[in-house]
Amino acid sequence: MTAPSSLPRQVLIWAAIFVIACVLPSLFRSGFLVSVLSQIAIMAVFALSYNMLLGQTGLLSFGHAVYYGLGAFATIHLLNGLGKSATPLLVALLPLGGGAAGLVAGLILGRMTTKKAGTTFAMISLGIAELMFATTPIFPSVFGGDGGFAGNRMAGKGSFLGLTWGPQIEIYWLVLFWAFVSAGLMFALTQTPLGRVANAVRDNPERAEFIGYDTRQVRYRMLVLSGLFAGIAGGLSALNYEIVTVDMLNAHTSGSVLLMTYTGGIGHFFGPVLGAAMITLMQTLVGGLTHAWLLYFGLFFLFMVAFAPGGMASVLSRQSALVKAGLWRCLLPHYALAAAPAALACLGAVGLIEMAYALLAGHDAASFMGTSIRLHTLLPWLGAASVLIGGIAGLKWVIGGMSDAWHQALSQLQGGKP
Amino acid sequence: MDFVVITLLNSVAYGLLLFMLSSGLTLIFSMMGVLNFAHASFYMLGAYFAYQISTWSGFWLGLLLAPLLVGGVGMLVEWHGLRHVRRFGHVAELLFTFGLAIVFEELVPLIWGKASVPYAVPAQLEGALFSLHGAAFPIYKGFMMAMSLGMLAALYGVLTRTRIGLIIQASLTKPDMVEALGHNVPRITMLLFGGGTALAGLAGVIGGNAFVTEPSMAASVGFIVFVIVVVGGLGSLGGAFLASLLIGALQTFSVTLDVTLQQVLTLIGLSLPADTNLARVSLVQLGPVLPYLLMVAILILRPRGLMGVRES
Repeated sequence: MTAPSSLPRQVLIWAAIFVIACVLPSLFRSGFLVSVLSQIAIMAVFALSYNMLLGQTGLLSFGHAVYYGLGAFATIHLLNGLGKSATPLLVALLPLGGGAAGLVAGLILGRMTTKKAGTTFAMISLGIAELMFATTPIFPSVFGGDGGFAGNRMAGKGSFLGLTWGPQIEIYWLVLFWAFVSAGLMFALTQTPLGRVANAVRDNPERAEFIGYDTRQVRYRMLVLSGLFAGIAGGLSALNYEIVTVDMLNAHTSGSVLLMTYTGGIGHFFGPVLGAAMITLMQTLVGGLTHAWLLYFGLFFLFMVAFAPGGMASVLSRQSALVKAGLWRCLLPHYALAAAPAALACLGAVGLIEMAYALLAGHDAASFMGTSIRLHTLLPWLGAASVLIGGIAGLKWVIGGMSDAWHQALSQLQGGKP
Repeated sequence: MDFVVITLLNSVAYGLLLFMLSSGLTLIFSMMGVLNFAHASFYMLGAYFAYQISTWSGFWLGLLLAPLLVGGVGMLVEWHGLRHVRRFGHVAELLFTFGLAIVFEELVPLIWGKASVPYAVPAQLEGALFSLHGAAFPIYKGFMMAMSLGMLAALYGVLTRTRIGLIIQASLTKPDMVEALGHNVPRITMLLFGGGTALAGLAGVIGGNAFVTEPSMAASVGFIVFVIVVVGGLGSLGGAFLASLLIGALQTFSVTLDVTLQQVLTLIGLSLPADTNLARVSLVQLGPVLPYLLMVAILILRPRGLMGVRES
């Protein structure tokens, strides 16, 4: 993984995120924006907690939604249990209950999962998650069957610091508060001996064991703490949506936190935050435009795994290092040259996929830039396919020069550093 | 008694089908050290390809061509995708197959629609093979068993009796040495990936019409196949065989037996608090849970699986 960035830069990123998170909703008084931001903040905590396993300890989990979902269920049960005595102050503290549920789940399940790392961990985490999900219909009183459980965060009277948690913006501030507290604690953890040893266990378990660390214990502790934060994220989502269903602990949720974290970048602390923001935005914006968003997302994910395994964060930090070294000027023409065929290839692919979806939905015609396209004729399909192929051919043509320039710049960058 | 015999035969037919899937997954895992998350997607592709071919020229051509097509797709995936991701390590490879599974699951409904397709058993294979006091055993189940056993024999023959099989076996354990002897190991990997996915495709061809050919068929069988290779022991073909039959029996019997958990526990002298939900839970409800329960138990008690050699 990459070296940790220097402290002043970390402070800068924290401050930037804080300013963006606080200024955006005040600037645009839009309910949609606030609800998207709340979701991003929740997912960011969830993804950060996931990265404690994948990025910091090297544990690939396919069942992280278990802790998230249990946290959410604990919170909604607490909220409903409190009923009318749920004062706004108590409601504000409820995510801690979710965190406690995640922690306890981690304490129990971690005993079984963290014995081994690698594929065994991945498989046992998958098995336990599937087991949990498959058991949920047997306990309708706990998981509420298909409908799940609904709650009311305004059941109690009064207010806390003038907040009643009624309007979405107020719950956003609450989510943001807990998100920053959790992120701060998770960041602090990376600086502790445990956080450092977790990195050692990730990179070379044999050696860590040889020095005298109990690798299993380290994995266990990281998993328990990660369960705590995932539980807090689940609790926040329970308060935010006021409904919790079993979908929150299924394989799909586990998969999407993995995708968010990985596309964001597992080598940087803020990578998962970036991934959570990016994918939540994609989900709401692209998902509103087209039914095919999951397909686009799958293709995007494949592209990231194949070409940028460090995620978006590493792409950005590479580029910023190049800009700082003044090397970006040599690369810019190559980027510009590659942009046109890349855009063409994307256009062709999107055209094909969208036409296919329109056909699947039973439409005979689709409109593109004001003109109507008849889907049952061959021409639009051939056109889109040739645009795609042309784009790919163009990319192949320019990619050699770009990769040469890229490697040259990279070696200059590394040579430039003493 | 007849009921038990018929259910046993059904479970063996299902178990052998599962083995066709898990054997390919096991071979790919042994060669590349990576579990192929998209393996069940190739099973689905097999069923859909066979359906498509069967609408043009009948079932038998589909039986022949669809697995070859699926194997071709598999080889392309290895050649243009996985091979390049390998330098980033096992996690990246695994995630690549994970992404592939998502893409396949979205692409298939895009081409064939979201509903199930009418991929049917051919007329020659319809009807009952024999019946025991009214309980019938369909011909198609017998055909499935014969196909699976034939494949199993062919696989065994190729791996142990032919030159390419010996080279494959050698490259599973000592790829560097095999390469040094002048064999093209990347090509062998590609062929093996193609072979493994073709087996999955064949399972799709004969399983798609026995069950339902729909976009969610990959997800429904995918996790079960993982359970099998983990329970059997990662990389062990014999273990995968044993676990396939075991899981096949577990799933078939739990669906057909109308018994509650309470009744099962009474057999071993235990009892549950009478009027709780738990006492009313039936074995049918527990059915989907059992494979995972078995997997978690195996991983805790015997992490290398039933017949596995290595631990991770």
